[in-house]
Amino acid sequence: MDLFTLMLAIPLISGLLLTVVGERAWAPNLNIIASLGTFLASALLTYEIVATGPRMAFGEQFFIDSLNVFLVTLTAFVGLTTSIFSGPYMRNEYEHGRLSVPRLRLYKSMFQLFMFTMLVALTTNNLGILWVTMEAATLTTVLLVSLYRTAASLEAAWKYFILCGVGIAQALFGTILLYFAAERVLGESGNSLLWTHLVQVKGQLEPTIMVLSFIFLLVGYGTKVGLAPLHNWLPDAHAEGPTPVSAVLSGLLLNVALYAILRCKVLADGAIPDNFAGNLMMGFGLLTLATAAFALSRQKDIKRMFAYSSIEHMGIITFAFGMGGPVANFAGLLHMTMHSLTKSAIFFAVGHATQKAGTQLIEDIRGLIRINPVIGWGLMLGTLAILGMPPFGVFASEFMILTNAMKYYAWATPILLVSLGVAFAAIFGKVQPMVFGETHARPLPHAPAITPVFVHLALVLMLGLYIPPYLTNWFHQAAKMMG
Amino acid sequence: MNIFGLVGQIFAIALALFLAPLLTGWVNQCRAWFQNRSAPPLMQPYYTLHKLFLKDVVLAHGASPLFRFAPFVVFGCMILACAIVPTLSTDLPFAPAADMLALVGVFGLARIFISLAAMDIGTSFGSLGGRREMLVGFLAEPALLMVIFTTALICQSTSVATIVETLAHRDFIIYPSLAFAGIAFSFVSLAENARVPVDNPATHLELTMIHEAMILEYSGRHLALVEWAASLKLYAYSCLGLALFMPWGIASGASILGLAAALPILMAKLAVGGFLLAGIESVNAKLRIFRAPEFLGTAFLLAVLGLLVRLLLETRV
Amino acid sequence: MTASIPLSAQLINLFASVILLLAFAMLAQRRMLPLINLFAYQGLALCMSTLVVAVTTGQHHLYWSAGLTLLLKALLLPWILHRLVRKLHVRFDVESLINIPTTMLVGIVLVMVSFNVALPISQLSSTVSRGTLGIALATVMLAFLMMITRTKAIPQVVGFLAMENGLFLAATSATYGMPMVVELGIALDVLVGAIILGVFFFQIRDQFDSLDIRHMEKLKDG
Repeated sequence: MDLFTLMLAIPLISGLLLTVVGERAWAPNLNIIASLGTFLASALLTYEIVATGPRMAFGEQFFIDSLNVFLVTLTAFVGLTTSIFSGPYMRNEYEHGRLSVPRLRLYKSMFQLFMFTMLVALTTNNLGILWVTMEAATLTTVLLVSLYRTAASLEAAWKYFILCGVGIAQALFGTILLYFAAERVLGESGNSLLWTHLVQVKGQLEPTIMVLSFIFLLVGYGTKVGLAPLHNWLPDAHAEGPTPVSAVLSGLLLNVALYAILRCKVLADGAIPDNFAGNLMMGFGLLTLATAAFALSRQKDIKRMFAYSSIEHMGIITFAFGMGGPVANFAGLLHMTMHSLTKSAIFFAVGHATQKAGTQLIEDIRGLIRINPVIGWGLMLGTLAILGMPPFGVFASEFMILTNAMKYYAWATPILLVSLGVAFAAIFGKVQPMVFGETHARPLPHAPAITPVFVHLALVLMLGLYIPPYLTNWFHQAAKMMG
Repeated sequence: MNIFGLVGQIFAIALALFLAPLLTGWVNQCRAWFQNRSAPPLMQPYYTLHKLFLKDVVLAHGASPLFRFAPFVVFGCMILACAIVPTLSTDLPFAPAADMLALVGVFGLARIFISLAAMDIGTSFGSLGGRREMLVGFLAEPALLMVIFTTALICQSTSVATIVETLAHRDFIIYPSLAFAGIAFSFVSLAENARVPVDNPATHLELTMIHEAMILEYSGRHLALVEWAASLKLYAYSCLGLALFMPWGIASGASILGLAAALPILMAKLAVGGFLLAGIESVNAKLRIFRAPEFLGTAFLLAVLGLLVRLLLETRV
Repeated sequence: MTASIPLSAQLINLFASVILLLAFAMLAQRRMLPLINLFAYQGLALCMSTLVVAVTTGQHHLYWSAGLTLLLKALLLPWILHRLVRKLHVRFDVESLINIPTTMLVGIVLVMVSFNVALPISQLSSTVSRGTLGIALATVMLAFLMMITRTKAIPQVVGFLAMENGLFLAATSATYGMPMVVELGIALDVLVGAIILGVFFFQIRDQFDSLDIRHMEKLKDG
C-alpha cells in the first residue's frame, strides 16, 4: 500500500476500531501503536518527499510538498508522544473517579479521528475539503473538551463550539469568494478549488474579491488559531479539557489552522498588491501578542496561563509570516515547530503536576521539585524554553523574528520586546514558586510517563544548538514556497 | 386643463365623499359578521352623519377658536388628499398640486390640528389622546415615507399620478421591494386609521383609546365633520394602497368609458379590502400602547428593507 | 433598466428577499417553536431558490443540493429541534440580551453594510443570481447577530444553522454552488454538528438545570 494512504488509513481505522471494541486493557496500547504507525508512515513519507520533491495522491485531491510534509511529521510526532503520555494520565484520572469507562473509549476514538482530520486538512489540495476537515476537527475536539462533563468543561466546550462555529462559517464565506474568483479564471471545471491549480493563476485572480475573501478567511481560520479578538474560547478549552487534549490543541490544531491561513496567503499575495495580506497578518499578530502577554499576569489557573502563552506565540508566528521574505518565513516555521514541541512538553509536565496536586490553581501547586524532581525539572526547563531562553530552539527563532522586524519593520520592535518582556515576567514569576516552594502531596497510583516531556525538550534543545543541514534545507524549501 | 379632466376630478371628489362612509359601514358590517354579532345596517354611517348635522353644537367653556376651526381644517385636508390620490383615473388636474411627500404632509397637518384641538379643552383624556396620536404619527410617518421612496425609485417620480400610471401600465415584473413596501404600507395604514392592533375604533375604554379620546369633546356638526374626515382618511389610504400595489383597472385617460369601467373595479377592490381589514381586526388582539412603537418599527424596517432590496437587486447599471 | 431582468432572476430575487425577511423575522421572534418553524421556512425558500437556479442553468448538481437542502434544512433539522424542545421542556420565551427593536436597528445597519460590501463583487459575477450575494452576506450577518444577542442555547444553534443557510445562498448566488464533494462534506458537518449539539443540550441541562447560557459565566480571567 502507498505510504500516504497508509498514513491516513491508520488513524481512521484505529479510531473506528477503538469505537467499536470499547475500553479494553490493550486499548491504550492500540492507541499508541496506531500513533506510532502514523508517525513512521509520515516519517518515511517525509524522507521520500524531501528526496523526490512534491507529489499528488488520489488524482489531484491530495498534494504533499515540503511545507505540509513538515507539519505532517510534526503532527504525527506530537500525536505519538501525546498518546504515550495519555496512557497513564488517563488511567490516573479514572482512578480519581473523574472519568468513566465510556468516556475513556470516547477519548481514544475521538483522539484518533482528530488526528485523521488534522492529517487530511494538512494534505488536501482542495480548499473546500480543507474547510470541511477543519470543521470536523472542531467537532471531534468539542467532545474531548467536555470530557469531564463538569459545569466548567461544558461551558468551555459550548464557547469553543459557538465561537469556532462562527469563525469557521466566516472561513467558508471566504472560501466561497475564493472559489468565485477562481471560477472566473479557471472556468467551471471541478479544479477551481484545487490549490495547485489556483497557485498557477494567482496573478489573474480578481483583487477586489480576493481582498474580501482573504479578510474572511483570516478572521475565520484566525478564530481557530486564537488570534485576538476572537481568542476567548482558547483558554477555556485548554483549561477545562483533559491535559492531553490541551497538548494537541496547542501543539497541533493551532498550527493546522495557521497552515490554512498560510495557504490562502500565498494566493492572496499573488492577487493583491502592496503586501495587503501580510500587513493584515502583522496587525493581527501584534494585537494577539500584546493582548495575550498582558492577560498572562492575571491568570490563576496553570493550564489557562499556558493557553494564553500559546495565544502569544501564535501571535508571534502570525506576525513572522506576515512580514514575509525568506528569513521571516524560515523563522516562522522554526518557531511553529519549537512551539509545538515545547508547549506540548509543558502540558505533559503540567498534567502530571496538577494530577499530583489535585488542583489546577497555581497557588495550590508548590514544591514540585521535592515531590517529583523529574516533573519539577521538566516544567522548569519547559518554561525556560518557551520563554525563549538560550540555548533552547525558541530563542533562535524568536531572535530571527526580532532581528528581521528591526530591519524591515522597526516600528513593531518595541511592541514585540515589551510584550515578550511582560510575558517572561508573568510566566516565570508564577512557575518559579510552583517548582521550588513548600508542599505536602501524595504520590500517584500510576507512575507518570515522563519520557515524552524530555524527548520534546531534548529536541528543542538540540534544534536550538544545532539544526541539521537537511532540516535547514527543508525549511528553506518550504519558506521559499511561501514567497 | 381639459374639461374632461376637471369633470373627472370633481367626480372623483364627489365619489370619495359618497363612498367613504359606505366603506366605513362595510368594514363595520364585516367586523360584526366575523365576530358573530348582528351587523348594523350598511348605511349606518350616513344616518349617524345626518343625525349629527341636525344636532346643536355644545362647546366646552375653555374652547378656543382653534377647537371650532379644527374640524374644518381636518375635513379640508382629507378632501385634498382624496383629490390627489388616483381612484378611477390617473388624469387628475389637481395632481400637480402635491406629490407623494406633500400628501404625507397633508395627513400630518390634519393630525396636528386634531391633536391640538384635543388638547385645547384641557381635559385629561383629550391630551392623553393627542399625545398618543402624535406618538403613533411620529413613528408611522418615516415608515410611510420609506414606502414612498421605494415606489418613487421604481418609477423615477414622486408624483402620485405618475407613479400609479407607471405601475399600472408596466410589464409584469416581480418586485420583491414592492412586496416589502406593501406589507409596510398595510402596517402603517392600520396604525394611521386607528385600527386594531394599534387602536380600536369601536371602544371607549379610557386606557386604550387614541382616536376616540381626542374627539370626546366634539358634538353636533363638528363631530360629524371629524367622523366624516376619519372615513375619508380610511378611504384615501385604501385607494392609495390599491393604486400603488394593485393598480390594475385604473383608467389612464379621462374617457367616460374608462371611468365607467374603473368604477366597478374600484368598488370591488374596496369591498375585498374592507373585508380583509375587518378580518385582520378580528383576528388580532390590540397591542399594549408600549408595543405600538415596535409594531411601527417593524413597518419602518420592512420599508427600509424594501428600499435596500430595490437598490441591490433591481438596479442594473 | 428593470425590464431587462429575466423571469428566473426575478424569482430568485424574490426567494432571496424572502430569506432575508425570514432572517429578520427570526431576529424578532420571541418564542421558541415559531423560531424553529421560521428556520424551516427559510430552508424551504433556500431550496426553492436553488431549484430555480438549477432549472435555469441546467446544472445537475444543483438539483442534488436543492434536494439536500430540503431534506436537511427544511425537514430533518427542524424536526430534530422540535423533538429537542419537546423533550427538554423548553418551550419558554426566547430572551434577548438587547431589546428587540434595537436588535432590528442594528440588523438594518448590518444589511446596509453587507449590501455595500457585496455590490462591487456581485457585479463581477456572470451568474443569473448574482444580485443575491449581498442578501446572502446580510443573512450570515443577521444570523451572527442573533447568535450573539440570544441568551438561550437553542436560539443560538438556530442562529448557527441559519448562518449556514446564508453561506449556502452565497455559494449558489456567486458561483452556482461549490463542487459536490465539498457540499456533501459541509452538509455532513452541519448534521453531525447539530447532533453533537443535541447531545450537548442534555448535558448542559443536567448540569445547570436550564438551557440559559447566562449561567455559564464562570470562566473568566483572574
